Amino acid sequence: MRRGLAILAAVLCMAAAADPAERLADPSQEARARAIFQEVRCLVCQNESIDDSQAELAADLRRLVRDEIKAGRTDQQVRAYLVSRYGEFVLLKPAFSLGNAALWGAPFAVVGLGLLLWRGNLRRRRAVDSEDLSPEEAKRLAGLADDAER
Amino acid sequence: MIDEIGGFALILGLVLSLTQVVLSGAARVRRSAVLAGAGEGAALAAFLGVAIAFAALMHAFVVSDFSVANVAANSHTEKPLLYRVAGTWGSHEGSMLLWCLALTGFGAAVAMLGRGLPAGLKAVTVATQGLLGTVFLAYTVFASNPFVRLLDPPVEGRSLNPLLQDPALAVHPPFLYSGYVGLSVVFSLAAAALVEGRVDAAWARWVRPWALAGWSLLTIGITLGAFWAYYELGWGGWWFWDPVENASFMPWLIATALLHSAVVTEKRGALSGWTVFLAMAAFTFSMLGAFLVRSGVLTSVHAFAVDPTRGVLLLIILGVTAGSGFLLFAWRAPSLAPGGLFAPVSRESALVLNNILLAAATATVLLGTLYPLIREALTGESISVGPPYFNLTFTPLMTALILLVPAGPLLSWKRADAQGVAQRLGLAALIAVGAGLAAYAMVSPRKAFACAGIALGVWLIGGTLSELAERSRAFAGDWAETRRRLTGLPRGAWGMTLAHIGLGVFVLGACVETGWKVEAAETLSLGGHLKLGAYELTLEKVQGVDGPNYDAERATLHAVRNGREICTPRPERRFYPAGGQTTSEVAICTRGANHLYVVLGERREAAGAKAPVWLVRAYWNPWALFIFIGPVIMALGGFISLSDRRLRLGVGKRAARPA
Repeated sequence: MRRGLAILAAVLCMAAAADPAERLADPSQEARARAIFQEVRCLVCQNESIDDSQAELAADLRRLVRDEIKAGRTDQQVRAYLVSRYGEFVLLKPAFSLGNAALWGAPFAVVGLGLLLWRGNLRRRRAVDSEDLSPEEAKRLAGLADDAER
Repeated sequence: MIDEIGGFALILGLVLSLTQVVLSGAARVRRSAVLAGAGEGAALAAFLGVAIAFAALMHAFVVSDFSVANVAANSHTEKPLLYRVAGTWGSHEGSMLLWCLALTGFGAAVAMLGRGLPAGLKAVTVATQGLLGTVFLAYTVFASNPFVRLLDPPVEGRSLNPLLQDPALAVHPPFLYSGYVGLSVVFSLAAAALVEGRVDAAWARWVRPWALAGWSLLTIGITLGAFWAYYELGWGGWWFWDPVENASFMPWLIATALLHSAVVTEKRGALSGWTVFLAMAAFTFSMLGAFLVRSGVLTSVHAFAVDPTRGVLLLIILGVTAGSGFLLFAWRAPSLAPGGLFAPVSRESALVLNNILLAAATATVLLGTLYPLIREALTGESISVGPPYFNLTFTPLMTALILLVPAGPLLSWKRADAQGVAQRLGLAALIAVGAGLAAYAMVSPRKAFACAGIALGVWLIGGTLSELAERSRAFAGDWAETRRRLTGLPRGAWGMTLAHIGLGVFVLGACVETGWKVEAAETLSLGGHLKLGAYELTLEKVQGVDGPNYDAERATLHAVRNGREICTPRPERRFYPAGGQTTSEVAICTRGANHLYVVLGERREAAGAKAPVWLVRAYWNPWALFIFIGPVIMALGGFISLSDRRLRLGVGKRAARPA
């Protein structure tokens, strides 16, 4: 149902990073590289990590990351290097920065707000005691309800 | 000729939808039963008009009538019949027609089935539904007409993308769209309730079947999409937090919240404003999804061909419909009755917490999807928000929700005994923690998060089952009594139980698959081996295959474990000449709930070697089947709940109690 150029990217995305021709000899280094790949965006693709994409640029980026790791850089340094070269856009995991405060904070702010509203609501309800349905409402509901309900 | 009839029927559908608005609106103003009946007739007629248009378009696809631009762009004579039929909704224009078909279909359904509704409420609902139909039909007729003809028809069509030529994806859109659009009835009922100024227990009961229908269909539609991605894209992923996926997930989350808050409104008359709000929000998110997928404002792996004009039109539709809905809400909601009182520890409170967490989860998905746009508009910097963000924010919210789920049904209304509930869930909690610890101790490699996931899944299933045991006095020893109680349970209760168990099954599958998935890839020559955990795969042969509209290489492998042959995967790599694309057909061996997943990659000429080699990738996906079975159980729960006699529409008076 979906078409367009975008789909080409999907055709090509087949966990390209697993290609044995690209792998690092040291398994622990390779595992670190794979973990980083999953958080790095393939810049020319629609919405994929370089772990998945078979685009040429993704292969270049993978080579770059693997070379950096082989040269003994830490994960942090590799990411910083990628950002210095391609900007923040390259990271699929947005940085914990002031600019992204709204992004990272919002989920928990919504929960907090919800809890506050709930508390306020409980208090207000206790003030206005309207215990049950009105008699007419209860009658109408009973009319609709079935006995199967317990 | 048939195409002209289709085009004409579509316009007729638009005119009839408009008639439906006028007649039903007038029926409400004049309190006229005759006009109301006419409005309902118009709703049915509008549906018939759109159905004829839809059938005509399907006909054009089946006979490959390339004088229709849409068919020429999306079909091909060599395509199998199923995919020619599915081609009807495979493009932007066709899928909008499917949307309209579902919209008018639900309009006709509410007109025909809603016999128990009060006249005023029903008239406004039918009118609102007609208004939605009019807007979307007008868009389809004037901005995305699927019947546009070509003066110079091509001999052959451009075909549907081969990735989409797949049985699961052929039926994915009808389910998804019925789900999206099923929520339109909920929207219309909410608007009608606000106009009439009555949101009460009875109203909540009328809303539930429609919300349930939309939710269940949406669940199936999303699951089909995920399943398709799993076996068709060829790398075993099933959810990518892609904007298009998020677009379908947000209405689902809101519909889930709505189902729960509607219970509170129905049983206790409380939360009525919030329930109405959710009822409006659910369809708003459906429309937002339609806009996001079609406008090209977001980059996604799977978007429709981008057309900014259509995007702007859809944004206007979204703004006007949702905007007027929420204006109505802001105007009328303060006059709604506050409803019953409840204590901080009560079933009402548990459902409120459920709603807070689901609302926060929706907000998270929405923000994660739109944040790159917002930030770029505000600061000009472009950033990406990918799966790591959602894993870090969405997961804790859902974990909190899952911890709460088994307790909810055990809490009593108004004021509950927290200690008693904790006692009754003690056994389930013990089993859950035990299962998590056992997995941590015994399964290697050690994965703390996946083990926590197992504990959560077991907690969900165990807790839900203990509630069922409690209700049926399963531990009292009187089996006849237990059986009588179980058969006497309302279907709604069974639906809830199944849905919660299904969620547990999904959690188990998702956590185990993510935690212990094993991957291996190697270039193999014939007779070469690939080791994957306890399995060894041997490439026996690769042969050419002539498909109906593709050529393929098919590999035959042998999967051996402990010297015994387990299965013979036959993955393919297909080339579709019509579009010049290559796809991979994955081979999946199901072992219990586990999947052995094998992909044939490209043929390579190894340097210096005489024989060619193939890139073969294989995955061991433990419990992967649960990921897809879980949601199916959830949807089944929805349908069972839908068949509950209490919800059946038109059941106006008290029915005799079955013996």
